[in-house]
Amino acid sequence: MPLRCPPMLQELLDRLFSRGTTPKTSRETVKRRLQILLAHDRTELSPAVVEKMRQEILEVVSRYVEIDPEHSEFSLENDQRTTILTANLPIRGIKEFFPGLPKADEVAIAEADTAAAEVPGVSEVPEVTEGVPPGMASPEAPADFPPDTLDLSLLDVIDAAIDPKTLPNPSTDGKQTL
Amino acid sequence: MSRIIVVTSGKGGVGKTTCTANLGMALAQRGHKVAVVDADFGLRNLDLLLGLENRIVYTAVEVLAGECRLEQALVRDKRQPNLVLLPAAQNRTKDSVSPDQMRKLVNALTKVFSYILVDSPAGIEMGFLNAIAPAKEALVVTTPEISAVRDADRIVGLLEANGIRNAHLIINRIKPAMVAQDKMMSVKDVQEILAIPLIGVIPDDEKVIVSTNRGEPLVLAADANQRGLAGQALQNIVRRLEGETVPFLDLTPPADDFLARLRRLFRPTE
Ligand SMILES: Nc1ncnc2c1ncn2[C@@H]1O[C@H](COP(=O)(O)OP(=O)(O)OP(=O)(O)O)[C@@H](O)[C@H]1O
Ligand SMILES: [Mg+2]
Repeated sequence: MPLRCPPMLQELLDRLFSRGTTPKTSRETVKRRLQILLAHDRTELSPAVVEKMRQEILEVVSRYVEIDPEHSEFSLENDQRTTILTANLPIRGIKEFFPGLPKADEVAIAEADTAAAEVPGVSEVPEVTEGVPPGMASPEAPADFPPDTLDLSLLDVIDAAIDPKTLPNPSTDGKQTL
Repeated sequence: MSRIIVVTSGKGGVGKTTCTANLGMALAQRGHKVAVVDADFGLRNLDLLLGLENRIVYTAVEVLAGECRLEQALVRDKRQPNLVLLPAAQNRTKDSVSPDQMRKLVNALTKVFSYILVDSPAGIEMGFLNAIAPAKEALVVTTPEISAVRDADRIVGLLEANGIRNAHLIINRIKPAMVAQDKMMSVKDVQEILAIPLIGVIPDDEKVIVSTNRGEPLVLAADANQRGLAGQALQNIVRRLEGETVPFLDLTPPADDFLARLRRLFRPTE
């Protein structure tokens, strides 16, 4: 789960997940100290914010999969003045169902519903913004959706997280003219 | 097109003024018209390193106040006619000049000079902002010490934030013997940490202090022995500035015998 982030804080994460061998010479010591110091200096985030971020990342991921906390690792490395945060989270298993969401059998039905809702939903997205009456575009789907940079690998998770019961029923939606 | 280069560091006393004086002189020796600008208002000393302190009549402050013309403030170097100094005022604070005024002054200099080197004061406040305001390029000077490298890193960030992306690193006061014994960060260590391109490595050399005492930049010395490795390193920087590929000086101390190496293997860590 590599995340490319703006400069992040190393100090705290380093303390939490100490890595590397203990330096021996004063040259190694000073180099190591500087690397930690600069990762700290280069970020504009406070340690508190970084700790919150770490907890939230773990929280979100644990919602879907079981993580092995023993072997989880956050590390920050500097590559040509860009700091890269890498979260290494070994997955023990997939959670059977997502808390707060319909159980397995309900999900199966829900999936069918979602699929039914998806098809007109997709064709509803206007291809060109010009000439489309303002009321046509669904508020959740801006004209340029999906953007070029969107990571589609997450779509499965997003679909599952949407309770189909809260979606408007396309067949009764007056605007669904297609 | 003139090149406007700021020499800066963050931490004080790492060799900005020494570099400005020598690089300015070396560029002039190569036939370029060079102006060195002291942006260290209140604590000027570029004039001292160049040995021009007794010839200052007006400074940048009088020029900006309209009390004299720019040409009147420029101090010409008699030893090297291609070089002039624009002195800073000694009896004013760093706030007596604004970034806009610095830009105006340096812009005027570009009409005549092909290289303008600005000697920045230490710190990241007004004086630093004044010094970088007109610059298109930067030479970031550091020594291989933790506080100097940390400050240099801050400077690199600030230069980027101010639109100066063309920044090169000068590592000054390397002590090869200490590096060899792992008691000091090496050139590679520092460069790796700061991650900006290296343009020069200057060894720690008593000759630098002697030349400062005399007010004669090292590169002025007639024979190579007098210039020493530090003088040669400074000349090499100028050649690299002009696009030449010059190998970095080999600063590793002479190889020692087997016994010395063996002793080092068992020495207590320092
Ligand atoms: N390579 C060197 N070897 C030995 N001494 C040096 C070397 N470089 C600089 N010095 C000495 O270090 C001192 C500080 O140098 P210099 O005035 O150039 O630093 P600076 O960065 O301009 O300082 P400031 O921040 O006060 O303007 C001087 O006494 C100078 O002679
Ligand atoms: Mg100085």
